[in-house]
Amino acid sequence: MNTESLGTIFLNAVLVNNFVLAYFLGICPFLGVSGKIETASKMGSAVTFVMLISSMCAYGIHAFLVAIDAPYLQLISYIVVIASTVQLVEMFIKKMSPALFRSLGIFLPLITTNCAILGVALFQTNKGYGFLESVIYALGAGVGFTLALLLISGLREKLNFAEVPNVSKGTALTLFLAGILSLCFMGFAGLGA
Amino acid sequence: MSIIVAIAALGGLTLVLSIMLIIANKKLYVYEDPRIEIVEDMLPHANCGACGYPGCRPFAEALVHQKSLPGKCTVSTDEGRESIAKFLGVALGTEEKQVARLACAGGTNVALNRAQYIGIQSCQAATLVSGGGKGCFWGCLGHGDCEVVCDFDAIIMNEHGLPIVVNEKCTACGDCVEACPKDLFSLQPISHRLWVACKNLEHGNAVLEDCEVGCTACGKCDMDAPDDLITMINNLPVINYAENHNTQKPIQRCPTGAIVWLEDNGKVVKGKESRKIIRKGIKSMGNS
Repeated sequence: MNTESLGTIFLNAVLVNNFVLAYFLGICPFLGVSGKIETASKMGSAVTFVMLISSMCAYGIHAFLVAIDAPYLQLISYIVVIASTVQLVEMFIKKMSPALFRSLGIFLPLITTNCAILGVALFQTNKGYGFLESVIYALGAGVGFTLALLLISGLREKLNFAEVPNVSKGTALTLFLAGILSLCFMGFAGLGA
Repeated sequence: MSIIVAIAALGGLTLVLSIMLIIANKKLYVYEDPRIEIVEDMLPHANCGACGYPGCRPFAEALVHQKSLPGKCTVSTDEGRESIAKFLGVALGTEEKQVARLACAGGTNVALNRAQYIGIQSCQAATLVSGGGKGCFWGCLGHGDCEVVCDFDAIIMNEHGLPIVVNEKCTACGDCVEACPKDLFSLQPISHRLWVACKNLEHGNAVLEDCEVGCTACGKCDMDAPDDLITMINNLPVINYAENHNTQKPIQRCPTGAIVWLEDNGKVVKGKESRKIIRKGIKSMGNS
């Protein structure tokens, strides 16, 4: 079992081992929907929600699979759970906010294969977290993901008004920013476990 | 044995999840009119807002729900508007074409500068420095914010630093109206030929010192115009377009040519008594 306190787990997931900037998981929405702060924050909350649900389900499924002695079904079960949660979120957003649905576009169904989400489920299993710890870990990962998305979208919004050399406009510039942000987050390394 | 366990476990899991999704699909089902997509594709995707809706998609929704008419789209071609009307089976609802018009004629050849503005070449920036460098506080600064903001290349700055609107290209989207810090642009139906090209609120020589084509508020146009067509308000003639305004009478005795008659081909007709402007270069303090 794990001996970390809940606070440590949370901070660890948000800052020290930020999923995007330290583990480089979930890069595709990080680059794809980080053009505007508003869209980025909504994307962040959608991903956080999916992480929370799939983490809870993953905990239950893991216990169940261990009980029936079939842990080799872990990966496929996780993927099925994540895919159906994303489908649910997609329906919900389409119903509640068609405008947001259009602005998230292809990146909404792409959460299905977002490695950050599968990462949360696998990490929590490997680290042997209990239910509460898993939920806190997933919440931390989601907040960390949203934080990274907000940081880069804020920078990109500002840079819209800056004079940027033509060669580095667009994707290249976003990748520069991602690198610099990652460099900053390296400063947190070694704070926790 | 383990095969059966694996099949049962995965089968049970997917069964539970798919039942959940079936229920969610029933509860969260959104009916989307397929016509919206088609109408949106028929629109020009300019997202200019001239129709009164924030973009082409909301306009397409309004069209399908019959809250608006295809004629409101000023960017589409005639065929485009007709095909939308035919597709939806609604009236075309044509509107008279509107164009943006500038209420200033004070180019660099007729209007004086009281200061030289050095800085960001933008009217928005220049106007922050005590209203820009122009002698006339109300006049066009000529840095071309409107030319930049126009998505349709309908505004071209002429050699005297005045924006010229190309009527054929103008879609009356209203971007220039918002961009001008001096509020000189307004959207006018193209049939409004009579036009006051001045916003100077002073009168008499105070106007002429700054600009040769400004309105001196002499009131001759008011006297010559039939009935209530023109009234002088705040030292400027105001044309009441509700009256019959298809007359060139008011412009004839204007001493400066501030009130003009606009021809279809973009030609500006001034009154016979208005002072001729021959100067091509920049008007400086010395040669007035």
